[in-house]
This record gives sequence, structure tokens and C-alpha cells, in this order.
Amino acid sequence: MSRSLPLEPFIRQRLALRAARGDAPILLMSHLVLGYPSLDENRRVIDAMAAAQVELMELQIPFSEPIADGPVIAQANQIALDRGFRVAQGLAFAAECAQRHPEVAFLIMTYGNILIAHGVERFIRRAAELGARGLIIPDWPPQEADLPMDLCRQQEGLDWIQLFTPTSTDARLNEIGQWGRGFCYCVARKGVTGSRTDFDGELSRFLARCRRATGVPLAVGFGVRSPEDIRSLTGQAEIAVVGTAALEIHLREGAEAVGRFFESLRPTT
Amino acid sequence: MKSGFFGDFGGAFIPEILHETFQRLTRAYEEARADPEFWNTYLRLMENYSGRPTPLTFAENLSHRYRRKIYIKREDLNQTGAHKANNVMGQGLLMKRMGKRRVIAETGAGQHGMATATMAARMGFDCVIYMGAEDVERQRSNVFWMERLGAQVIPVTSGSRTLKDAVNEALRDWVGSMDDTHYLLGTACGAHPFPEMVSWFQSIIGSEAKAQILAAEGRLPSHVYACVGGGSNAMGIFQGFLDHPEVTLVGVEAGGAGLESGRHAARLASGAGSVGVAQGYKTFFLQNADGQMLDTHSVAAGLDYVGISPILAHLHATGRVRFEAATDREVVNALQELMRAEGLIAALESSHAVAQALKELPTLPEEAVVIINLSGRGDKDIFTIADALDDPGWRRFIRKKAASYPPIEE
Ligand SMILES: Cc1ncc(COP(=O)(O)O)c(C=O)c1O
Repeated sequence: MSRSLPLEPFIRQRLALRAARGDAPILLMSHLVLGYPSLDENRRVIDAMAAAQVELMELQIPFSEPIADGPVIAQANQIALDRGFRVAQGLAFAAECAQRHPEVAFLIMTYGNILIAHGVERFIRRAAELGARGLIIPDWPPQEADLPMDLCRQQEGLDWIQLFTPTSTDARLNEIGQWGRGFCYCVARKGVTGSRTDFDGELSRFLARCRRATGVPLAVGFGVRSPEDIRSLTGQAEIAVVGTAALEIHLREGAEAVGRFFESLRPTT
Repeated sequence: MKSGFFGDFGGAFIPEILHETFQRLTRAYEEARADPEFWNTYLRLMENYSGRPTPLTFAENLSHRYRRKIYIKREDLNQTGAHKANNVMGQGLLMKRMGKRRVIAETGAGQHGMATATMAARMGFDCVIYMGAEDVERQRSNVFWMERLGAQVIPVTSGSRTLKDAVNEALRDWVGSMDDTHYLLGTACGAHPFPEMVSWFQSIIGSEAKAQILAAEGRLPSHVYACVGGGSNAMGIFQGFLDHPEVTLVGVEAGGAGLESGRHAARLASGAGSVGVAQGYKTFFLQNADGQMLDTHSVAAGLDYVGISPILAHLHATGRVRFEAATDREVVNALQELMRAEGLIAALESSHAVAQALKELPTLPEEAVVIINLSGRGDKDIFTIADALDDPGWRRFIRKKAASYPPIEE
């Protein structure tokens, strides 16, 4: 469980650990927007989620044009910026998180322009140094991303995460899958973050298509909110991503409730 | 695999979920472009529905005053009063070709939304317009017409509640509705193929203007002026002259309260813009050191935008197009001068081109022949223009009018 363990071995090791304990073989990944409602609140919720043994956490650096996010997360981006959030603060905060919770794999999610403004190479080096294990950049498709993907490969333990969607053809999934590192992020709905997903046969068929397209683990996100959702994903994906649902609970009931929420999500086998 | 780049600018920086949609749109656009019958249909439609070709009016009185020949390309005479008609009708025909039945669009001040609603009414499409909640409040007259034309106007309350949020909301709709829906982008910006496709439909301006000036003067113009918001009317007229390096092309951005004030939308002329990626494409944006987009300002809502066409960014980099800025004050003066001298009421957007031309005319050689692209008419924007002119009679009228309605029950 060393901090420098790259993402894919980290995921495989955690799955093996769960299997050895007789727990359902699925990991949880949370998502939060840095600076929303505040970095202090972020810290509290991260502590609560770490205590609930959430294995992976996606830290979103706010951007003024979040075209891949649903209204709830988009609003959170805007409010964080209105409250004066700066990228340097976000990176320092991510570094602090990685030190404080070495058992958690932190990923940075943001938009391409944040990297460009910072200097793509500088940003990627900094992300690797601070201990982030992956970058999720939803508006930087792989065919345009030779440079950042190369830079990530040059860094030890930092993966450029690819996204699969149900609208991608098999040919496109295969094209993306060959670039897969760490895990591939499957967007489970014809939509964006925050709306309800039907975990029905369509999802299973989509995940089967994803599985054929890559050898790396699969994470499923966008819309996961109940133990039933997680249970139905178990066996089909290695990681369940919980974003908007946790944010709603955080805003309604506070940071500690988020920890309890994640505990309640774990399937009892 | 890389397509849609103009030098270092453009591209398609879009979420994966939109990849297939953009691929399909690009294919449909390329097929239409390769089919001469499509363009002929477009020309016939624009002739019959939008009064094209629009005249190239000789501005006799201004020419006399400035001792140089001034011609005005009359895009204000289009259906709905602006060059926006060229784009919406073209994309409407493309929609028919693709078998779509619902159109969505973003709008800032409402001009593009209104043009889209008009096209949808004519072609029989369902129409949904996304508009920032702030803009819905400010631009009631355009909202009124969109709704009367049968469109559903959805106020967007996320983010800063203005144009960029409307763009994001429209993209979100499209992600879930692409099977039957076309997203009709209003300017030569965004991800490939929009900059190229919108410029193609707008090229009708430049090809007409070139033939018209040759007929009138027997030679090409020395200078062409166009205002630049996203860049569609400028791309439209410039394309008639790009291959003639002796024609000086001038793009005029919104200088707002003055470039030194920081309250403007001059991405190129100010030198304050920097290269970035947002809203699906790479270009010059007005942004802070973190890469967050800044608020922009202009008296003309249609020019009040953080990005600029990647094609224009490229033409700026190569030096083919020169970029200048006109301030709000210069623009209001130019609007009045054109109105009094020629009886033409220009939109505030278009008045930027007029203002820059009037600034430069006294310094041009006497044999100069100048074309100003009058992208739209101003009389439909009476609320905005009366405010910009600070007209006391109009203010009195609005007060009286307001008093004649019963109070709003909240
Ligand atoms: C009359 C008029 N001119 C110009 C513009 C700016 O757009 P573009 O730069 O795409 O021509 C607008 C936009 O609304 C407009 O209404």
C-alpha cells in the first residue's frame, strides 16, 4: 500500500484485499469540487470519506467553462471561483491531501485550459510530485492529447485517464482503449454528471463493450447513488464513482453524513 | 486524425460523449459542401426568403465628406435584420438533409435566438433557445418575438447566467438529444466543424460584395471593415478578398470603456488575450493567469464575448487581417453619423466597423475604396440604442408606459 504504487496495481491490490476479506470486489471513488463550499469543508469531507475507506478520490479544480459537468457541479465550479479559488491553492491542497491520506489514491480532474495556463509540462510535473495518481481532463480527447499523454508517461505513477461513453462506437472504444492507463472511466449515461442513470441491460451491454476495448480496470460514474447501484455494478466494473449524490448529502447534512453515506453504499455480501 | 485546425487554432476539444455527434455533423457538412446542388438550393432560398443578394450601397454623402469612396454591404436588409440569417438558413437546410426535427441554440442578446426561431418556424422544426437568465431579463423584446415565433426560451440560471452558460446548457441538451436534434451555433466559433461551416454559409456576403464592387468600380476595394464578435460576419465578407493581398482587411473588436480600462472585449487588438482552450476550441481568450475566463464588456451585446473565431486568430497570426478596437463612445458617435448622413440605422455591433472606418478614412490615400460590412440594422434594438444615446424623450415614454400597467404581483 505504498504511496508510489501506480494506479492499476493499486486497484488490483485493493480488490484482492477485499476479496481476501470476503467483501464485494468493487472500489469506491468519490468526486468533489475544490473550494466548494470551501477548502475547509473539502478537508472535513475528505477525512470522513477516508475514514469510510473510500479508496479513490477525484479532486476537481474549478474552471469557468465546465462543459462536461451537469448543472450542480457547474454551479459549484462557479461559486468556488466567485469565492476567490486559485489554482495554486488547489494544488497545495491536493498535496496536503496526498500526505495526510497515503492510503487513498487521489486524482485531479479539471479542464485542459487550467493545464495550458499553468504550462502543461509544469502542471503535469507538479501533479506527479504532489502524489496525484491520475489526471481526468474531459475536454481533451486523446487524438488531440499527444503532448500531455506523453508527458504523463514520462512521470512515475501519474496516469492520463481515458473516458468511454455509450455513444462511442466499438471502433472508437478500441481506439481509446489502447491508450488506457490506470483505469478507464465509463460514463454510464447519455448525459452529463448528476442525472439519474438506469442500471439496466443497456448499461451491462455498454460495460461489456468497454471491457472488450481495454485491459485496464473500469470505473463507472455519473449517476451512482445507492447500494443497489453499487451491487449491480459489482463484477461488471472495478470502481464505482459517486459524485453528485455525495455533494447533495454534504450540502444538506454536512461532512460527517458523507462518511456515513459511503459506508452505507458498501454492499454487504 | 487532427482536423479543423487553422494554424495552431481550432480543433475539437469536446467531451467524449459528443465525439460521435460531431463526427456525424462533420460528415453531413462535408457531403453537403461537396454537393453543388446543396449550395444552389441555399442561394435560391436566400434570394427568395432573405432578399439576397443584399445591395452594396454607395454612401454618397459620407464619401463626399471624407473624399474617399465608401460602400456599405447591406446585411441589415436580411430577414430578421442581420447576417445571422445566412447561417441559420444554411444550417436549417443541413438539418433537413440530416433528417433532424428539433433545433436548439444559445443566444446572448437574442439576435441569434430570434434568427433561429424564425428559421424553425419557416422549416417546421421544434425550437428550444437557451438564454442566460440575466439576458432574458435584459432583452425582453427578443424573448417576446422568439416565444411568439413558437420557440421555447429556457432561462439558464447556472454559472454567471449569461451567454457562456447558455452555450454549456445547450451542449448538455445535445448530449442527451443528438438523435433528433441539431445544435445551431451562432458564430464562427466552437469545435470543428462549426467555425468552418458557419464561415462557409457566411461566405455568401464576400462573394456578392466582390462581384458588386467589381461591377461598380472595376476594381477591388483597398480596405474592408467588419466588426468581430465571434467572427462570422467578418469571416463572411473577408472570404471574398482573402486571396487578394492588396486588399487590407480590418476586424474591429469591442473597445468598451477603452482598452486601458480593462472593460472591453478586444481579444486581439488589446494584446490582453492569450491562447487557451475553452468551449470546445483553441483560440485567443480574455482570461486570467489561472486560465479562468474574464468578464467582458461592450455596449453591443453581440460583441461581448471572451473568445474569437479560430480562423480569425490564425489570420491575425499570419498578419492577413489587422485587428483594431472601437470604444463604446466612438461607436455611438458613428451610429449617429451614419444615420444622419445616409439614413441608415446600424446595429451597435456593426457601428464598430463604421467607427473604425471613419477613424482611418482621413489618413487613407485619396483613391481608397472602402467597404464597410453593415452586419445588422439597429432599429429593432431601440431599447438598447435609446439607452446608449441617453435619449430623454424615450426615457419619459418608458416611465409613462410602465405607469400605465397595473403593478406586478410578486
Ligand atoms: C448585427 C450583429 N453584428 C455582429 C454580431 C457579432 O457576431 P459575429 O462576429 O459572429 O458576426 C452580432 C451578434 O449578435 C450581431 O447581431
